[in-house]
Amino acid sequence: MNKTVFFGALTVAGIAAGAASAATLDDVTARGTLNCGVSTGLVGFAAPDANGVWEGFDVGVCRAVAAAALGDPEAVNFVPLTTQTRFTALASGEVDMLARNTTWTFSRDVDLKMEFTGINYYDGQGFMVPRDIGVTSAKDLDGATVCIQTGTTTELNLADFFRVNNISYEPVPIETNAEAQQQYLARACDVYTTDASGLAATRATFENPGDHVILPEIISKEPLGPLVRHGDNEWGDIVRWTLNAMIAAEELGVTSANVSELAAAATDNPEINRLLGTEGELGAMLGLEADWAVAVISAVGNYGELFEQTIGENTPIGLARGLNAQWTEGGLIYSPPFR
Amino acid sequence: MTTITDPPKEGFRLNQLIYDTRYRSMTIQVVAMILLVLSISWLVSNTVQNLQALGKDFDFGFLWQPAGYDINQRLVEYDSQSTHGRAALVGILNTILVAFLGCALATVLGVIAGVLRLSKNWIVNKLMAAYVEGFRNVPLLLWILLIFALMTEGTPQPRDFREGGSASMVLGDSVAITNRGVYVPAPVWGDGSLIVVIVFVLSVIGAFAYRGYAKKLLFDTGRLLPMVWPAIVIAFVPAILVFFIMGRPIGLENPELGGFNFSGGIHLRNSLIALWLALSLYTGAFIAEIVRAGILAVSKGQTEAAFALGLRPNRTMSLVILPQALRVIVPPLISQYLNLTKNSSLAIAVGYMDVRSTLGGITINQTGRELEGMLLVGLFYLLLSLAISGAMNVFNNRVKLRER
Repeated sequence: MNKTVFFGALTVAGIAAGAASAATLDDVTARGTLNCGVSTGLVGFAAPDANGVWEGFDVGVCRAVAAAALGDPEAVNFVPLTTQTRFTALASGEVDMLARNTTWTFSRDVDLKMEFTGINYYDGQGFMVPRDIGVTSAKDLDGATVCIQTGTTTELNLADFFRVNNISYEPVPIETNAEAQQQYLARACDVYTTDASGLAATRATFENPGDHVILPEIISKEPLGPLVRHGDNEWGDIVRWTLNAMIAAEELGVTSANVSELAAAATDNPEINRLLGTEGELGAMLGLEADWAVAVISAVGNYGELFEQTIGENTPIGLARGLNAQWTEGGLIYSPPFR
Repeated sequence: MTTITDPPKEGFRLNQLIYDTRYRSMTIQVVAMILLVLSISWLVSNTVQNLQALGKDFDFGFLWQPAGYDINQRLVEYDSQSTHGRAALVGILNTILVAFLGCALATVLGVIAGVLRLSKNWIVNKLMAAYVEGFRNVPLLLWILLIFALMTEGTPQPRDFREGGSASMVLGDSVAITNRGVYVPAPVWGDGSLIVVIVFVLSVIGAFAYRGYAKKLLFDTGRLLPMVWPAIVIAFVPAILVFFIMGRPIGLENPELGGFNFSGGIHLRNSLIALWLALSLYTGAFIAEIVRAGILAVSKGQTEAAFALGLRPNRTMSLVILPQALRVIVPPLISQYLNLTKNSSLAIAVGYMDVRSTLGGITINQTGRELEGMLLVGLFYLLLSLAISGAMNVFNNRVKLRER
């Protein structure tokens, strides 16, 4: 009996793993939809709107990949995943890709067998506290109760930060951002810590966002990006170059408004021509249509457009471009050439 | 002339394997065995193959790597530099703690509710019925979340305990109930406290010895010594005397508000309390029904016979009914204890750091060792369950009917 339970568990693991190895693009095409793992709800990055339609910065990446691979940005099946379930879901083939505020780290890339396909947001871990608590620096948080999502890099950074600064804290482990919000607002924890962008997004949903401050310390590097599993490089290339196409489009001045005009005939700029498929065969090399990038940009816009629509300064989230400006404007966002 | 001939000797034919009852059961067993071995080997090779395809190996070495994360409730020394194995141990102890507390409280609640549900008092009877039906018909997870939410939203924050705040400590400034948990005084062990503890343990043993003696005297001679108050006196008076003779070596440290939180004392976190109460109330409702069934299973003739012998109702219950009811109660009680222990893995819902949250949660997530981690967690629950049912079976053997 005990043996059967043991092997039963093995079966589940075995079958789940069995689904993971086939060519992902073929699976996606055959299915007609892209299974994209997103956050369980982080306004601005991935959250359903009032009509239940998913929207946000990470959701835009999913839609862009669906537009590239299937020609239809709506053909996405969004799978909300917690921080704890995301890697297992990707490794087992439950989702084709993750676009879920996931930090690119060495061990995730190498040991967890994930393939990060680029960085769509340069972030860092911050702390949010209620204004009336009177704390101005994270180093003043000795003895504080800290809400933290389990299974994240922030959990490890937090332990390191407090240990290095030789101050104590009480961690309150939380499954999802929504639970953390509830605990924080009930003052069951003094501090909420996660990526600074996540803090800004969470604060934007509060009744009185002004009552909460984000402390100046950024205690880590959190390069967030989409990822796929190891072992299917062709699929990884598609996700990587879809993101790069959006970034290159912003640099080259291609927007959702002018993309159809620019793609109608070859322009004077050969890089735009190669990107939009009016010159060369980059689409065919990826195993996609020649106008794949046109589909991406007309569906979700270029990187800058997506940023401004979802998390930019004119949205309630109000994030400045900062590190996430184009390299030509002093930021870190940079696409390798389309050649 | 003989009409009876020996049946013709026939050789063994293959179809006898199916049609001959002498061989059929053997055939079925052999076929089943072959299928079992085949499916097991398929499972193993499939797992190995898929692990290879993912480029993963099967290795428990991660247990000796530094964990890197902190755990709030630790029964043993642990910090973020400790190993994943140590983190798993912290989780295991937390699981055992909540399972133990839960089983104890559930038994008390269950026995009280079960006996009271048989009460002739209409209100008591119906109240207990409402408790039992309410708790066993609503999913456990909802109760855990409800109690946790009540504790988080309904109790004051530590800062309200400051001068001029709206909340204050109870029980002579020794207990603080906050939305982060309950802070109670912690004992402080001074010089000579060991002697007090030893004396106390010895006098508890003495109290039990007295009870045994009184019982023997009752059965041998029929003389009834008082049982309750001498046992209490024997258990507590010597220890209290020694406590004062030694100059009160055991003190209490009250929790005090400092900085963000209370410090000092023992911190019972909301997650522990919510999980403990919900598990106990939920399982207690099932135990109440088991107790009621056990009591009802004892024939009414036993009560009448006891009354006819002149036993009073409470003695009838404790000497005649309950010992017989235990035989019916204990076996299903074991299974309730196992349920409670395994249900404690719902701890994840309120962030209680049990073994499912440490080894089966954060460790798996940080190291990517899903298969190894889950196998270890499964193995732990299996061993814990076997240990509990083993211990309870020993108890069951002591109370079960001995045929003479």
